[in-house]
Amino acid sequence: MSQKIDLDHGRFRQIIRGKIKQNLRKYISQGEMIAKKGKDTVAIPIPSVDIPHFKHGDKQQGGVGQGEGEPGDSLGQGKDGDQPGQGHQAGDRPGDHLLDIEVSLQELAEIMGEELALPRIQPKGTEKIVAWKDKYSGIRTTGPESLRHFRRTFRQAIRRQVAMGTYDAKNPIIIPIREDKRYRSWRSEPLPQSNAVIIYMMDVSGSMGDEQKEIVRIESFWIDTWLRSQYHGIESRYIIHDAMAKEVDRDTFFKTRESGGTMISSAYKLCAKMIDDEYPSDLWNIYPFHFSDGDNWSVDDTHTCVELLKKDVLPYVNLFSYGQVESPYGSGQFIKDLTEHFDEDERVVTSEIKGKDAIMDSIKEFLGKGK
Amino acid sequence: MPAIKALPAYLRDIQEEVEGYAKNFGLDFFPIVYEVLDYKTMNEVAAYGGFPTRYPHWRFGMDYEQLSKSYEWGLSKIYEMVINTNPAYAYLLEGNSTTDQKIVMAHVCAHVDFFKHNYYFSKTNRKMIDGMANHASRVRRHMARWGQDVVEDFVDTCLSLENLIDPMSAYIVRSRPPKTPEERDDDEAEPQVGRLRAKGYMDSFINPPSYLEAQKKKKEEEAKKAKRRFPEQPQRDVMQFLIEHAPLDHWQRDVLEIVRDEAYYFAPQAMTKIMNEGWATYWHSKILTEKALTAAEVIDYADACSGVLATSPGRLNPYKLGVELLRNIEDRWNKGQYGKEWDECDSMEQKRNWDRRTGLGRQKIFEVRKLYNDITFLDEFFTLEFCIEQKFYTFGFQERSGNWEIMSREFKKVKDQLLKMLTNRGQPTILVEDGNFENRSELLLRHVHEGTDLDAGQARDTLRNAAKVWTRPVSLLTKVEGKGKLLRCEDGNISERSAEYA
Repeated sequence: MSQKIDLDHGRFRQIIRGKIKQNLRKYISQGEMIAKKGKDTVAIPIPSVDIPHFKHGDKQQGGVGQGEGEPGDSLGQGKDGDQPGQGHQAGDRPGDHLLDIEVSLQELAEIMGEELALPRIQPKGTEKIVAWKDKYSGIRTTGPESLRHFRRTFRQAIRRQVAMGTYDAKNPIIIPIREDKRYRSWRSEPLPQSNAVIIYMMDVSGSMGDEQKEIVRIESFWIDTWLRSQYHGIESRYIIHDAMAKEVDRDTFFKTRESGGTMISSAYKLCAKMIDDEYPSDLWNIYPFHFSDGDNWSVDDTHTCVELLKKDVLPYVNLFSYGQVESPYGSGQFIKDLTEHFDEDERVVTSEIKGKDAIMDSIKEFLGKGK
Repeated sequence: MPAIKALPAYLRDIQEEVEGYAKNFGLDFFPIVYEVLDYKTMNEVAAYGGFPTRYPHWRFGMDYEQLSKSYEWGLSKIYEMVINTNPAYAYLLEGNSTTDQKIVMAHVCAHVDFFKHNYYFSKTNRKMIDGMANHASRVRRHMARWGQDVVEDFVDTCLSLENLIDPMSAYIVRSRPPKTPEERDDDEAEPQVGRLRAKGYMDSFINPPSYLEAQKKKKEEEAKKAKRRFPEQPQRDVMQFLIEHAPLDHWQRDVLEIVRDEAYYFAPQAMTKIMNEGWATYWHSKILTEKALTAAEVIDYADACSGVLATSPGRLNPYKLGVELLRNIEDRWNKGQYGKEWDECDSMEQKRNWDRRTGLGRQKIFEVRKLYNDITFLDEFFTLEFCIEQKFYTFGFQERSGNWEIMSREFKKVKDQLLKMLTNRGQPTILVEDGNFENRSELLLRHVHEGTDLDAGQARDTLRNAAKVWTRPVSLLTKVEGKGKLLRCEDGNISERSAEYA
């Protein structure tokens, strides 16, 4: 039902959207909202939405309470400027009056898409039929009572009574009989859906530090958000590798810290196998992302990688993305090798991520092609 | 308004029953129109401050979102809402139990009785539903003419200043009406201090130049004194000052007037929160426990009531404070615990057993509800005994531990803190000190420092908004950590310097 408040509420959301857009770069690079992620929403701290007033600073003010307790007893942790016992009140720091606003991931993706001017993704291949959806589409004369169409039934009854001459306008009693009853009927409709899988690969060798991983974590959150807004059924798989590769769950992916050498080919091998076994490319849109500091073990292994990509990965995927995170230990050679071999190839995107501030540009490089 | 349902018969019966009891107890209220709302509409109306229509503004949308969220998460639910109009409109939440609705109706009767009789509501517009709708259509018209963004932006600016009003001005005379020209002429007619008649060669002796010089100076000084300050007295109603003196477009002045008007309408509510809720709670419990409850409803009633009266650490529950204090007053006046003799009695023992059977309790609380506001209410009736009995304490922020802690249970401190919190509805007092600051038609505001600094960040943003309305630089004299500070906003930039705060 539409309400008067909808206009004001819409206006409020519009303002919020504007604020998010303005500060998108900050949000993206700081990753603070990832921590506040719910199931389909994130809470975003928005600065100065609320209207400022001359008011007392909270801390000097104190207050009066009622109940048990001795002087000196604690009433709870004081965040700056928060009165105890207050819930989601505005104000983390004085002057900033931050307000946590919930935004759906879908909306967030839209905002990001607008701000980064990301093209919509054109799914490839045939659309796989994944679901049948029931849809009420008509009326019939039989059916369960729970689906009886009240108005149609009575309309039928009145029509019959008028036709039979038993309808009395002065005393309009209408009694539907068995034949008058009408029921809703439904049809099952196929719901076409395109499927996608994101395969995240990350180098967890000794040279990838916490900061590098944080960058990967933030970047993959945004990639995930965007791709999810583009596809209905989407799967994510996670592969970590040093000299060996293995598949892990999401948590492990971001937390593991291994030491040892780096054989990138091991990850590509696993990735190729995964695609071959589980994701036939005519039914799936496949997005492998690989993050590393670009410090591969040997020239030979790099060569193997290139071969693998050419033969077993690239022919099946929509886009292969390689993000190289700058690290004090890595040589950063790998990106150069890839560029050398695949410079002409539309299906390969490489991006160097120098620091958190570069995440946004890197996302644009990866997703800017609309593939 | 959509989704309003006519009051079902069973609720109408309850209404009649409850209002009957209320009238027998002596409550006297405007006719009450109840509307049953689903929770969405309830939240909508609540976001609009109880009114069906307000001017378009995103802030209402923000409030609506927060209300809806906390309802959906089960954190809060609006049971009851009533607005101060004649007839009074009150809202019931669809799906509440009959017991709840009974409580709400009894509660509402007392609120409306309070609206009708409390002195501080006596100047409010009882046709405010029309008033609000009128405001809404005026703002809409301005938006259609000047553009939504421009008007909305200006509404934001005005709302930022909405607490800079003088709520007491409706009940007292702050300034005498300006003098008529004739009166002023009389005042300003200066005594002729001329030269004495003298022959030319005697003149320098009879009218010595030094004397003439002194006379001239004296005259000048008098003239300076007589030159009127602008405003003559520091003015508390900053909004009114801006409406009268800021160089505004017609529509801007209109918007400012609307915001000020609504701020004044809501001010008595803030000034009597504790009393009003206390009064309503007192009567719903009286009416229900003595008359309206059936045996089957007692548990539900007790449950709802305990929710209303619950206290949590670090939070003052106005319902609880209000109702307990009213009961305390009733008890004292029933037993004659007042007057000179009572005040001078030193014996705790004697005081405890003091009962003169005066039986004036009921009469007294009706008198209190008519004449007092929260400040005078607490100032007069919040006693040492009451403070101890109700376990009041003050709390404050401990920098050392980073915690909010109980500071004291000392009566004087508790009472001081309470009164401080209620002074000027808990808002800082800001005065227009000078409308021609440093003779540059800048505006000087003064924060009357009563022991608490302003929230620095918000003060800066608010100052910016004040400057937007004044269109010339605006300064604010305040104290920060004990030192005088002058904040000055020019073209949106804030500068700060130390200044004498006298």
